[in-house]
Amino acid sequence: MHKHKLRLKKTITIFSISIGIFAWPFQGFSKDISILNASYDPTRELFRSYNHLFAEYWKAKTGDNLTVYESHGGSGKQARAVIDGMPADVVTLALAGDIDALNRYKPLIDKNWQNRLPAHSTPYTSTIVFLVRKGNPKHIHDWDDLIKSDIQVVTPNPKTSGGARWNFLAAWAYAQNKYGSEDKAYQFVKALYARVPIMDTSARGSTLSFVQRGLGDVLISWENEAYMAKKEEKSNSFEIITPSISILTEPSVAVVDSIVDHRGSREVATAYLQYLYSDPAQRLIAQNYYRPCNPAIVMEFRDKFPSLTLMTIDKTFGGWKRVKDKFFSDNGIFDKIIREIRY
Amino acid sequence: MKAASPIIKPYYFLIALAWVVFALVLICPLLVVVIEAFSQGIKVFWQACIEPEALSAIKLTLLATIIALIMNVIFGVMAAWCVSKYEFIGKTLLVTLIDLPFSISPIVVGLIYTLLYGSQSIFYNFLIEHHLQVIYAIPGILLVTIFVTLPFVARSLIALMQEQGTQEEEAARLLGANGWQIFWHVTLPNIKWALLHGSVMSTARAMGEFGAVSVVSGHIQGLTNTLPLHIEMLYNEYNMVAAFSISVLLLLMAMLVLVLRKWCEKHLERHPQQKESA
Amino acid sequence: MSFVKQSVIPGFWFGLGYSLIWLTLIVLMPLIALVLYACHIHYDELWRILTNRELFCALKLSLYTAFIAAFSVSILGSLLAWVLVRYRFPGSKLMDVMIDLPFALPTAVAGIALTSLYDQNGFLGSLLPFKVAYTPLGIMIALIFVTLPFVVRTLQPIIKGIPKSIEEAAFSLGANSFQLFLYVLFPALFPAWLTGFSLSMARSLGEYGSIVFISANIPYKTEILPLLIVSKLDQFDYVGATVVSILILLVSFAFLLLINLIQNYVKPNRILWILNRFHPMALFTKDPL
Repeated sequence: MHKHKLRLKKTITIFSISIGIFAWPFQGFSKDISILNASYDPTRELFRSYNHLFAEYWKAKTGDNLTVYESHGGSGKQARAVIDGMPADVVTLALAGDIDALNRYKPLIDKNWQNRLPAHSTPYTSTIVFLVRKGNPKHIHDWDDLIKSDIQVVTPNPKTSGGARWNFLAAWAYAQNKYGSEDKAYQFVKALYARVPIMDTSARGSTLSFVQRGLGDVLISWENEAYMAKKEEKSNSFEIITPSISILTEPSVAVVDSIVDHRGSREVATAYLQYLYSDPAQRLIAQNYYRPCNPAIVMEFRDKFPSLTLMTIDKTFGGWKRVKDKFFSDNGIFDKIIREIRY
Repeated sequence: MKAASPIIKPYYFLIALAWVVFALVLICPLLVVVIEAFSQGIKVFWQACIEPEALSAIKLTLLATIIALIMNVIFGVMAAWCVSKYEFIGKTLLVTLIDLPFSISPIVVGLIYTLLYGSQSIFYNFLIEHHLQVIYAIPGILLVTIFVTLPFVARSLIALMQEQGTQEEEAARLLGANGWQIFWHVTLPNIKWALLHGSVMSTARAMGEFGAVSVVSGHIQGLTNTLPLHIEMLYNEYNMVAAFSISVLLLLMAMLVLVLRKWCEKHLERHPQQKESA
Repeated sequence: MSFVKQSVIPGFWFGLGYSLIWLTLIVLMPLIALVLYACHIHYDELWRILTNRELFCALKLSLYTAFIAAFSVSILGSLLAWVLVRYRFPGSKLMDVMIDLPFALPTAVAGIALTSLYDQNGFLGSLLPFKVAYTPLGIMIALIFVTLPFVVRTLQPIIKGIPKSIEEAAFSLGANSFQLFLYVLFPALFPAWLTGFSLSMARSLGEYGSIVFISANIPYKTEILPLLIVSKLDQFDYVGATVVSILILLVSFAFLLLINLIQNYVKPNRILWILNRFHPMALFTKDPL
């Protein structure tokens, strides 16, 4: 009897030790004053400096020590991570459609999130430009030059990358505008994607393929990403070409309601996003090659941002919901184009 | 024809061929990593390793590796004990289950844990209410690390213990020892080198796991970035040198572990009755 | 008949209980979650996903690259294992230790390193007359790199188990190296070779980290199955991702099962029997071993 008891005791001890070891890291994660910003790939450098700026501001205002944690990845992937429970207080994603998706399974965010902050919750915009090799050896000046037979175009996969969707839509918008019909636009975009030798999973991946691996003649990219690549590659071996028409890319930001209410961090999270519209933050944004939403700051940096005709997603395509269904769903236009190129 | 020549001739040829294959397949890629890491001098290499984010990644990787190791050792001993010392119905099934994680794609591992603990799961509301963060936090990383390394200790123990049979334990039992005494004084001394060997393999695998961890980690810098994820992040920040520096660090850790393994194997070979047949 | 055969050694129920609970928590529960999730999928949707051309192309690519890679790695691995076990030569110890490095190196690093080695500006890529990176060939090379340790480590103990005296006996009976290989080594090594082959095949089918860097990732062309899962997940398509995952699992299990069956049937003496029956060496020698 005694022996049995002893054995039982030992059993329980071993079990509880193993469970204890295992359960130990479960606690924590929310004790400090910290917020988590889930963002997409090309904003790494911007938010790295902005987090310092905001932490200082917050310290001066409230005296709290704030740590802003960052997570970067493809825009769609980040949205899915938040849907699946990543405790991100704020999301700063590549397209409004990915933030809309936060309501897909559970209402994580207010439906009218876009009206809660100025400028449609878009503190900075950008556009799609071309990055070519030094001296522009293939004479690329506008979209039409991309479908010449000796050109290789690098762009990521629209299914996994938010930036790639903007690229696709910019090309479509250009062709539709120039040739006047959807059919022509289809043919143009198909000719363009027939020149793509590699499709990385993210915008940053494509930039690395173009810059570091020397693949392709032209990279279709965010304006900010193109400038950043040019800056990082000190050898000065790239040039940025701004096409005549492009798309106004509107990366959006939002506070994730369910998470800030759960963690009690609504105040700091909202302030974090609102401060993006302040003058110092807008300057920082311009220094990181995004176009600020404050017209006064844009004027300050106007030599940095050449002017071009910018189409908007709402006017040209009728919003992200329609874009997603028409172009990027399974068997949508993108799938059709790729299939026709292959077979 | 001389009798010795058939043995001598392929000898040099085979060794040369093996070296060519080895150099092409293994040395070249590793050399690329090392050369890139030191391309800007040892100082830059060192700085990449002591940067705070790198340090937190090292800590997390070590934590995951050690916890996975402890859990694997406990599980491995338990599982090997039942499989090798008893005959029971469904034993093959148990062994198959233990081997299962070997053949599951890391991405699928990440996916199944996301389905189990993510918003699609029936537990999701319970987890949220109790402030339990599993995926996109450290527990998720631990769970997938344990999953992918689960078979190693158990396999190397099962292989050895089945060969050893049950006589010594039975004798000890008849002499009056209880279960714990048998384990500590009879079984453990017999299996300790195989145990160490399995542990080393589990450690090596746990340190380098990328795919599964990448799905469940969320890549939160300073919180849920393991070394492999930190490397990917550095690479994405145009910081090739730092990325390869951390890789070299990981390689050095792996080398250390593998040398340890070699040492275990030597001990294994010294005791012929403990020959391994994994 | 009782569930467990009587034994004097204690601790069976404790050990079994712990093992089963742990296996359930770690391995079974997530897998059951996957299957349960798949059960919700409507038949039409399943059909739509499974008949998708993109899935078919990815499956084809994954299967044939994994097969060729596993085949080549079995040959290369046999060579390395043989040399490592049988000969002592300069650097053999180093080689033996380093064989396992791909195992500990994150697959992403392997992918980056291999890509910079084999792309058009890389050290090896610029020497070769044909393209390696961004083609299926590149995928195979990455797979060979990550699965090499599996094969070598599976074969080593078996080769150790073949006594040298057998070779010497064969030679003294007048066999040449080819005959030695065909009649002595091949039958003895074949089962382990199959195990290594199937392990590396199963691993290759699911490999992701190294491939995304070295493959061009073009849908229908160089997109592998795990990448398809990731791409479906990134579009919030849990259903599609689940179906593709189950497909990968089924294919690799079917493969392991097939190999197991072959192994149970093809024993060394059976191989010898087949070889003797068909006399592949009959042209060269009168009396095969």
